[in-house]
Amino acid sequence: MALSDKDRIFTNLYGTQPWNLSAARMRGDWDGTREYLAKGRDWLIEEVKNSGLRGRGGAGFPTGMKWSFMPKKSDGRPSYLVVNADESEPGTCKDRDIIRHDPHKLIEGCLIAGFAMGATAGYIYIRGEYYNESVVLEAAIAEAYEAGLVGKNACGSGYDFDLYVHRGAGAYICGEETALIESLEGKKGMPRLKPPFPAAVGLYGLPTTVNNVETIAVVPTILRRGPGWFSSFGRERNAGTKVFCISGHVNKPCNVEAEMSIPLRELIDRYAGGVRGGWDNLLAVIPGGSSVPLLPKHICDDVLMDFDALREHKSGLGTAGVIVMDKSTDVVRAIARLAHFYKHESCGQCTPCREGTGWMKRVMDRMVRGDAEIEEIDILEQVTRQVEGHTICALGDAAAWPIQGLIRHFRPEMERRIRERHATSTPLAAE
Amino acid sequence: MAKVTVDGIEVEVPNGASVLQACEAAGKEVPRFCYHERLSVAGNCRMCLVEVEKAPKPVASCAYPVMDGMKVFTDTPVVRNARRGVMEFLLINHPLDCPICDQGGECDLQDQAMAYGRDLSRYDEGKRAVKDKYVGPLIKTVMNRCIHCTRCVRFAAEVAGVPEMGATGRGESMEIGTYVEKALSSELSGNLIDICPVGALTSRPYAFVSRPWELRKTESVDVLDAVGAAIRVDVRGGEVLRIMPRVHDDVNEEWLGDRGRFSFDGLKRNRLDRPWVRRDGKLQPASWAEALGAIARALPGKRLGAIAGDTMDAESMFALKGLMAALGSQNLDCRQDGAKLDASRPDYYLFNTGIAGIEQADAIVIIGSNPRVEAPVLNARIRKRWMTGALRVGVVGPVADLTYPTQAVAMGEAGAFLDGAKNPMVILGRGALAREDGAAVLAAAWDLAKQAGGLREDWHGFNLLHQFGGQVAALDLGFLPGEGGLDMAGMLAGGVDALWLLGADGFDASRIAPGTFVIYQGHHGEAAAARADVILPGATYTEKDGTYVNTEGRVQRGRMAVTPPGEAREDWKIIRAASQMLGVTLPYDSLEALRAEMAAAHPVFARLDQGPLPGCTDDAGPVATGALGMAPFQLPIQNYWQVDPITRASPTMAECAATYLQPKPLLAAE
Repeated sequence: MALSDKDRIFTNLYGTQPWNLSAARMRGDWDGTREYLAKGRDWLIEEVKNSGLRGRGGAGFPTGMKWSFMPKKSDGRPSYLVVNADESEPGTCKDRDIIRHDPHKLIEGCLIAGFAMGATAGYIYIRGEYYNESVVLEAAIAEAYEAGLVGKNACGSGYDFDLYVHRGAGAYICGEETALIESLEGKKGMPRLKPPFPAAVGLYGLPTTVNNVETIAVVPTILRRGPGWFSSFGRERNAGTKVFCISGHVNKPCNVEAEMSIPLRELIDRYAGGVRGGWDNLLAVIPGGSSVPLLPKHICDDVLMDFDALREHKSGLGTAGVIVMDKSTDVVRAIARLAHFYKHESCGQCTPCREGTGWMKRVMDRMVRGDAEIEEIDILEQVTRQVEGHTICALGDAAAWPIQGLIRHFRPEMERRIRERHATSTPLAAE
Repeated sequence: MAKVTVDGIEVEVPNGASVLQACEAAGKEVPRFCYHERLSVAGNCRMCLVEVEKAPKPVASCAYPVMDGMKVFTDTPVVRNARRGVMEFLLINHPLDCPICDQGGECDLQDQAMAYGRDLSRYDEGKRAVKDKYVGPLIKTVMNRCIHCTRCVRFAAEVAGVPEMGATGRGESMEIGTYVEKALSSELSGNLIDICPVGALTSRPYAFVSRPWELRKTESVDVLDAVGAAIRVDVRGGEVLRIMPRVHDDVNEEWLGDRGRFSFDGLKRNRLDRPWVRRDGKLQPASWAEALGAIARALPGKRLGAIAGDTMDAESMFALKGLMAALGSQNLDCRQDGAKLDASRPDYYLFNTGIAGIEQADAIVIIGSNPRVEAPVLNARIRKRWMTGALRVGVVGPVADLTYPTQAVAMGEAGAFLDGAKNPMVILGRGALAREDGAAVLAAAWDLAKQAGGLREDWHGFNLLHQFGGQVAALDLGFLPGEGGLDMAGMLAGGVDALWLLGADGFDASRIAPGTFVIYQGHHGEAAAARADVILPGATYTEKDGTYVNTEGRVQRGRMAVTPPGEAREDWKIIRAASQMLGVTLPYDSLEALRAEMAAAHPVFARLDQGPLPGCTDDAGPVATGALGMAPFQLPIQNYWQVDPITRASPTMAECAATYLQPKPLLAAE
């Protein structure tokens, strides 16, 4: 059963209608916002908890619970909502379409989330490369201010909520929530040590919650249609609908909102026009953006697209950026390119990631050519284990996992290259 | 308090302590590179990883707060593998140049590699190469060795207060440096060398000089400023090769100013290493017997006077005072700068709050002083307090960059500035007393502390900041004009026929009246020695056992690290020998006997290494003679690097002065 159009949250995901306020109102945005706010903070958080919404930024942390970590009563200091629109994960472009085609969903969500956690202001940290999107977003916020929807006495609720847009300067690491906070403060984007978590010590040292764009943008619809409606999609603990970004060797790459726990094969076949050359031409899929391990075809055949099912296969839903690779792909080179990406984006703060990403990248480059020894595959695997879990933020893990996935599923291919290279290379004079 | 179990050992640590502190309390050693007790926590080296029960991943113990009932494991396979992994990563881009690295033998990375390193590298790729950076005349950089622990960045920003270091670039390309290449503008920059866990920042003057295991180490105190920092003098073959700070929490924590650390090369230059006697108007080399004989012939029947220098040990001053008394002279002075000090009560001339006491202060008024150059380590303590956000600082007189914000206040507004402070402090620079109305300034400063409620039984807010390590001891000994005695100005103006200068080099020797018979006893041949009729070669602070009193009145012992050069002798022995020649033999012939005598006459010298007495029991102030003048205060030290004979003889200090004091050439764009 495919998700029907009436159950879609992002009704303008493809930009077929204008993004502006009047068009957004016709799509149902900003309808009854004031009444929802009138029901109080606890009710809002309870609704979000009941919906089973988990963070859409990659880690999948329950959103309602995250909001409830914010101080119930302000001690007089401000607190902040920060929206993470620094969407830099390779293979992911969902937030971009939300912002440029449906910005009012995000703005309304910011108001509701900000109210629910008692924030004094919201900051949307948008990726620097998303220049056009930031223009749309700024214009949409200006519309909302004009209409009295945000700002002083937002929606006539008596609650003051200011919303700001901040453009990043193009660093992947600034999508990590504490690095994002550092960057927002004007410092170098380097992740902070946790604990303390941002809910206790965040932006400017004040309580802060950082949420992904999609997480915030789905909240108003959840309130309008009820948590029961939202949780009716997907398996238990993996509720709701989700925007998937399907790219790579499919006939029709697209962003599509589908229900959680949809089988991967159905997702690709129904929405992306199938794998180029047919399903049997599939080699592997990276199911959740570049930082999760890839899955070979035999797993893709029947895996469900949700947090838990993918975790069972030692991968993850991540940002739901589905990267499809058919049999024409040089899979080792593909992962080597990712290793290069993580080396380039490592912030350099902690040792394992700073040194490990460079090491992994260099070995992967040789693996592409087969210019290595068989044992080096094991060394490479050990290096990824030495990085994984030993760093301040998850970038170290993200750099390690794709390589682990490659070794787990495509070791024979790596060994074949090494053997071939050994067979064809001419011995040197001295040997 | 939280109960934490570390490897089965239960310890109690304060709430908010880190797991690493709990591990140390349990006696478990945790390797670390980026963590430093006196700096903020960075948590980036990942060497201190430990396992905590129920935590999914190993945690960085330096940054992880303890919780009651926590179970920590420091020696599990997970922990050992994590540390081995981190060590391997640190070494892949670290050059294997230990044999030519000055950190060798005292390198944290080397030590930890013995415990956690592999015997063979698995890394076959090219190593990172980083261009060395210039950060000033004192620090040599070998940036290939940097492990990016950021200790130097944090030290510069937090302790030294010059946020000039930082990291540029990202990931593997991250480089530590000063952004725009320049000499670090800190008087505490030498501490970067100690704080760097590897050989990336090493001492430039000490480059390729020695290995730590070749050095004989002598614990002593620094006398080149009035803080009296605890130091260690490292010696090889009768030569001081370097001076490093020791930990003394109440005085210098573990920092040392650049002057105290790097000026020791001045100990080997321009030295007086044999007696000289003026014959036929010319100074000529002489033997000890000739020199003392000349004194014995010249002094009897003359009006005598003695002036003590700023960095002399208490023993020699006590001996000279005894000699002068035996010869019937009351003409003594130790105030070469002419400071109008009042020695009638110790707390009129001491830093009564104590250096550690600064950490309780909530408002400070600094009068006529720049503590950043007069006592950089003490200034770091003020900055440390300011960093907590609980301190405001006002300055009367010239406002310099003290590394923390200050407010310029007039003498009349200082009271209002201190208003409402619970623990107010008045820091009066000694330089502010070296003027006509010095006594009135002293009285006014005392009065300011009194009016602000700073003179209580539990708090003494009046502080005098001296400039050199021998100044307080001289006052404690009463090396001042006795009854009817002349002060320095009187002596120089012809009030005496013979003048004994004990290391007194801090004044213009041409002020000595013509015809005065001058004995110069000291270690460096400067203007005063050139004016002398007899030169008695003495010892520097590294060459004698001596007692020094710092600005807070702390009595500390310096120890002999090397013997004085040539025929130079320890100063008290010279005076003892002269007394014999003059027929008034002093009643001691060993250092112990001298010290016993000194402690009997001045009981303060029996209180070794004790801070100031807490509180003020009598708030009656020093007597003000004359009115407060209108002249603006002048800072006494303009050139931090060259202030006394030792530093003036030091090539390193000369290079520093040239680097830092010469006006920078303007760039074309400016």
